[in-house]
Amino acid sequence: MLGSAIIVFREVLEAALIVAVVMGASRGVRGRGRWIATGIAAGILGACVVAAFAGRISDALEGRGQEIFNATVLLAAVAMLAWHNVWMSAHGRKLAADMRRLGHDVMIGAKPLSAMLAVTALAVLREGSETVLFLYGLMAGGATQVALLGGGTLGLAGGVFLGIMLYQGLLRIPLRRFFRVTGWIVLLLAAGLSASAADFLNQAGVLPALSPQLWDSSSVLSQSSLPGQILHVLVGYQDRPSGIGLLFYVLTIVIIAALMRFTGANEPSAGRQPLTANGMP
Amino acid sequence: MKQLRSAIFGVTLLIQSLGSIAAPPEYTVVIKDHRFEPATITVPAGQKVKLVVENQDATPEEFESHSLKREKVIKGGSKATIYIGPLKPGKYEFVGEYHEKTARGAIVVK
Repeated sequence: MLGSAIIVFREVLEAALIVAVVMGASRGVRGRGRWIATGIAAGILGACVVAAFAGRISDALEGRGQEIFNATVLLAAVAMLAWHNVWMSAHGRKLAADMRRLGHDVMIGAKPLSAMLAVTALAVLREGSETVLFLYGLMAGGATQVALLGGGTLGLAGGVFLGIMLYQGLLRIPLRRFFRVTGWIVLLLAAGLSASAADFLNQAGVLPALSPQLWDSSSVLSQSSLPGQILHVLVGYQDRPSGIGLLFYVLTIVIIAALMRFTGANEPSAGRQPLTANGMP
Repeated sequence: MKQLRSAIFGVTLLIQSLGSIAAPPEYTVVIKDHRFEPATITVPAGQKVKLVVENQDATPEEFESHSLKREKVIKGGSKATIYIGPLKPGKYEFVGEYHEKTARGAIVVK
């Protein structure tokens, strides 16, 4: 039972941490809870569908279907996170100012919310399908209902708990700096997912590895350890990164940061111009 | 004419080199009773190799290796192809993530 709890925990952890960052990054936006809950529900539903068709996905594209599928899901999440950050660089300052002024949630357009819904759904979809397959395997292998339910629930609770801890930690950041900090976290999160996508594309034979292993820091901080895994999700830490992975990591940061600067600079109401007391320029 | 001939020669060389990339040496590892058989596979260094993982169990397994940067879910009773390398000499461990206690193996690159 403990074994299955640990595996479910590991799979749930990644999705839970991403949801926590998304919850933090969309702080103060009215109705975001509903949007994110919808994203989680859509992700779980999608995970079951993916698990059911796992064999067919694997066999697709001359046996490279699974890699291409994973890379596509990851890159879609990266695009959505990038969009969110670019949008926030234009509107974030006004949002924070409005929140400070009103002392409660504010109404912003549905656009960034739909991006956050998509990120949540994609994160849950990817990790969830592996969890479903694992639990299915246990069931088919004759595990007792108690072990299955107990392990699954324990693992799920552990992952969600860490997600909530992260969210609570994020909320301690002062509002003045809040969106800048969450913006950085989202940026690094996107870069890490992008590096994972690159490794899947290398596995599929679409991209060269450039260097299969740039360094090995597994003796200092193993990616299999809990801190290593949390850092892997949040900032894309890899103990033995590939050349192509690092290249994607750096490129993603550079491209998103450039887009953020560009939109931030072009939006006088939210960019450089200081805000007056009522939050309007 | 001379140019054409050298062009054809060049293309032939290119196709041959592509052919050698497309057909790397193949190794098979079987998953049975949540164990890898053989548990150690020795492959040559500096060369891409094709690893066929055959899951003979009824349940799915996830082939995972941080050192090889590979992860792939393999359904029960099916095969999966995983290309690895070119690698430097050394030992690269892999596990079946769904049964990590028993499903352990390593690729030894020489």
